[in-house]
Amino acid sequence: MKHKVELRNHSIELHKFRLRLTVSAGFVMIFFIILYARFYYLQITQQEHYHTLAEANRISILPLVPNRGLIYDRNGKALAQNYSAYALEIVPSKVPDIDATLDELGAIIEITPNDRQRFKKLMKESKRFKSLPIRNRLTDVEIASFATNRYRFPGIEIKARVFRQYPEKEMVSHVVGYISRINDQDLEQLELNGELNNYRGSHHIGKIGIEQSYEKQLHGITGFEEVETDAAGRSIRVLSRTPPVSGNNLILSLDLGLQEAAEKAFGDRRGALVALDPNNGEVLAFVSKPGYDNNLFIGGIDQENWNLLNNSIDRPLNNRALRGVYPPGSTFKPFMALAALELGKRTAEYSMSDPGYFSLPGVDRRYRDWKPGGHGRVNLHKSLVVSCDTYYYSLANDLGIDNIHSFIGQFGLGRKTGIDIEGEVSGLLPSSAWKMKQYKQKWYAGDTISVAIGQGYNLATPLQLAFATMVIANNGKAYLPRLIKQIQNSQTGDIEDVPAKLLYSVNLKPQNFEIVKNALVDVTRPGGTAAKAGINTAYTFAGKTGTSQVIGIKQGERYNEKSINERHRDHAMFIAYAPAENPKIALAVLVENTGTGGSTAAPIARQVFDYFLLGQFPEATIAQFTESVEDHAHEHL
Amino acid sequence: MIELRKIWYYFTRYIDGFLLVGILTLMSVGLIILYSATGANISKVSHQVINISVALVVMWLVANIPLQQIRRLALPMYVTGLALLIGVTLFGEINNGARRWLDVGITKIQPSELMKIAIPLMMAWYFDKHEITLRLRDYVGATILLMLPVFLILKQPDLGTAILIAASGFYVLFLAGLPWRIIVGLGVAAASSFPFVWATMHDYQRQRIMTLLDPSQDPLGAGYHTIQSSIAIGSGGIIGKGWQNGTQTQLDFLPEQSTDFIFAVFSEEFGLVGNTLLLLLYLVIIGRCMIITANASTQFTRLIAGSITLTFFTYIFVNMGMVSGILPVVGVPLPLISYGGTSMVTMLLGFGILMSIQTHPKLIKT
Repeated sequence: MKHKVELRNHSIELHKFRLRLTVSAGFVMIFFIILYARFYYLQITQQEHYHTLAEANRISILPLVPNRGLIYDRNGKALAQNYSAYALEIVPSKVPDIDATLDELGAIIEITPNDRQRFKKLMKESKRFKSLPIRNRLTDVEIASFATNRYRFPGIEIKARVFRQYPEKEMVSHVVGYISRINDQDLEQLELNGELNNYRGSHHIGKIGIEQSYEKQLHGITGFEEVETDAAGRSIRVLSRTPPVSGNNLILSLDLGLQEAAEKAFGDRRGALVALDPNNGEVLAFVSKPGYDNNLFIGGIDQENWNLLNNSIDRPLNNRALRGVYPPGSTFKPFMALAALELGKRTAEYSMSDPGYFSLPGVDRRYRDWKPGGHGRVNLHKSLVVSCDTYYYSLANDLGIDNIHSFIGQFGLGRKTGIDIEGEVSGLLPSSAWKMKQYKQKWYAGDTISVAIGQGYNLATPLQLAFATMVIANNGKAYLPRLIKQIQNSQTGDIEDVPAKLLYSVNLKPQNFEIVKNALVDVTRPGGTAAKAGINTAYTFAGKTGTSQVIGIKQGERYNEKSINERHRDHAMFIAYAPAENPKIALAVLVENTGTGGSTAAPIARQVFDYFLLGQFPEATIAQFTESVEDHAHEHL
Repeated sequence: MIELRKIWYYFTRYIDGFLLVGILTLMSVGLIILYSATGANISKVSHQVINISVALVVMWLVANIPLQQIRRLALPMYVTGLALLIGVTLFGEINNGARRWLDVGITKIQPSELMKIAIPLMMAWYFDKHEITLRLRDYVGATILLMLPVFLILKQPDLGTAILIAASGFYVLFLAGLPWRIIVGLGVAAASSFPFVWATMHDYQRQRIMTLLDPSQDPLGAGYHTIQSSIAIGSGGIIGKGWQNGTQTQLDFLPEQSTDFIFAVFSEEFGLVGNTLLLLLYLVIIGRCMIITANASTQFTRLIAGSITLTFFTYIFVNMGMVSGILPVVGVPLPLISYGGTSMVTMLLGFGILMSIQTHPKLIKT
């Protein structure tokens, strides 16, 4: 019985369903007829009307590109500016034979093979109706000679354009970055962010550096002009106009004078320097040597210059301050010392005898001090002043890697500082969990020993080291490092301060900071590893030298600078702040392949301080310093 | 030779040839018009070819799964989809003023897209379970199942997707036999609740409706789309301006010409003749889907197939309606033609289900 009911239900169900399906098919037909009627109305009945409208869609809405905001240093010196000039532009769809036309044009105005190549590339990436530049920055003579021949070149016009320029070029290229032509990827990103409309008419977008990270501020709001045009697309008159809103001007915290002083102190060495204001995290100098001429990228860089930059052994495109990772070397020791005091593993009074090496209990391997024979009796103060390795080997063994990791992590090593330009890397502050995850291996006691002196798995960027130095200098305040200081509203001219941001505080006992900081002052005094750099200063100056190993030295071998390929020589490191009692500037210096921190990196810091605190522009170049410290003991593992 | 034939057999045994040819024809039309709409941008066209290939693979895979297996996924898919939608409301990324994407570590997903398939499956499953004893409260239960995700998607806000999902659920209700008096009652209720809905709408949504009534009110803002697309269609005339010769398209008057407004490009360049052929092509595909629906053997498969078919139609109607200026502008792509990977995959997933229903052995013949 039950079975029968179900069967009956089933067929009723099916019948009902098919009825409903037929009804929906009817609806589909009705709606399609509605659509069809609409198309008929638009395309037959109203065709004339819309045809006229389309023809008269000579009332085109033209975007008015806003002027890009300018970029200044903290004293109002221009780092990125705009200038107006004339460009020769071609609309490819109106020119039947591009090559022949370019040949003809070349007889009147100089067109280099590079111009041609760049133009061809642009043509491939753009719509046929877009006006594309073949030559920028025409001279008056060129404008005049084209004007008299204009009738011969339909589809080619001279247009007034605004160009970007970076007057300081190499010196600030790693901070300012550059704008370049908008490509497909940029378009996709703009579409995703719903900003595409605001870029109608814009040709350029910030690609890197401040130009990229503050794109929203700098770009401005695109205006529109309703223009009546003739059949050829030339505008006859303007019907209405919504003016564009220029981008806002940026005032960076960067001090161009200081940047220049640092640049000069480096001479032609490779390296990086980051200087922060310990009172608010402002970036005072941000150097990565060598730099590159960022003006080259604006119009699209040509192959020749690109190869030159990209294949250079000096890697000028690499932002060493932001993205270069180096073992921090002995600059790691002040943080180890703070850990020892704060976690109660050492007192300031405790001293040990340094035989010149350290061995783990029951293991033969000797971890050598950089000074053969050792430093004699060493306490915490002396361990920093003479940069004793043995002291830290034994300390690290007592602390253990995970204590080191969590304590020193507070100083910002091993993670991004959050500076306001993109591309920062996080470096590496190893831990046992990290090693397990990365290599599926447990942490060995021996691994900790090399970490103690900033080698081994340890990696940090110069920016991170400057950040960590700032946190020591101001007794534990971790400010967000930022390049932006103020934003000037383009409409009102009002300047708005960007407030400092305290990320967190590292709460340590004040006397522990004091013990370590006293030792750091003595590093720059007679007997310290940076004594030469500290001679005759008008202010007190605290710092720590370091050496960052490029290649490993085998057990039982000695590092011999002269016998090693220049690119494999150690990097010199120095972290410092001044004046020691009331720090106004904290910095980290890295000089690639030049040996020890005391001999090459510390003098750069000294010159930067002299400029910043006393207004003295560096005169002695680094080469003279190096000569005078030839005899300086080689500081090493 | 025999081997090859065997491979061919296993490759095509669950594919509905008729439907496949229809789909491929539409996609080819789509690529041709995309080429013109993007100003001969080969990289965008090749990207779309990749989208299509991925979608076809998805369709093939789904077509090979018997419906009994897919049926088991109904509840888990619905629950996951709902959980993800709640996730979006709480932690979604804000893009363009709307919260639609959820970052799940490896990739970003748009849970509302999952719901487009999950809703018909879930509701068909629900009615299938209650087949014998269908009472009014079953319809109420199903309506609640439907309104939960629709409400969450409306909140994102994503009006276009919400409408499509609500429609796909309504079709299941309708085909399952929702009494006529209730349908009429709902219609009346909807009309009378309009003032309330109006009050909860976002400004831009209200503006779109106002603009529909009078596009000239806001020619530079929301009305711009409708005005320009109407001009494009109208000026196309009977035979159109010819491929790559649409002035509205090529001079960039048309907005979003490769995605939601691609139909205006087609209309301008191929005219009423093109539109007629395109409508017929769509009609043929819908017809084939209806036949598959009518022949489906269980209530579950019938409801699924019917809902997918009618939703496909809804896409077409809403998109063409908005482009030709009889519906407000909501973000709905023209199926199988608009540029974009996500909607292509969702669409072909639906066709895969239809093919599976048609080609797998039917358990009960009625």
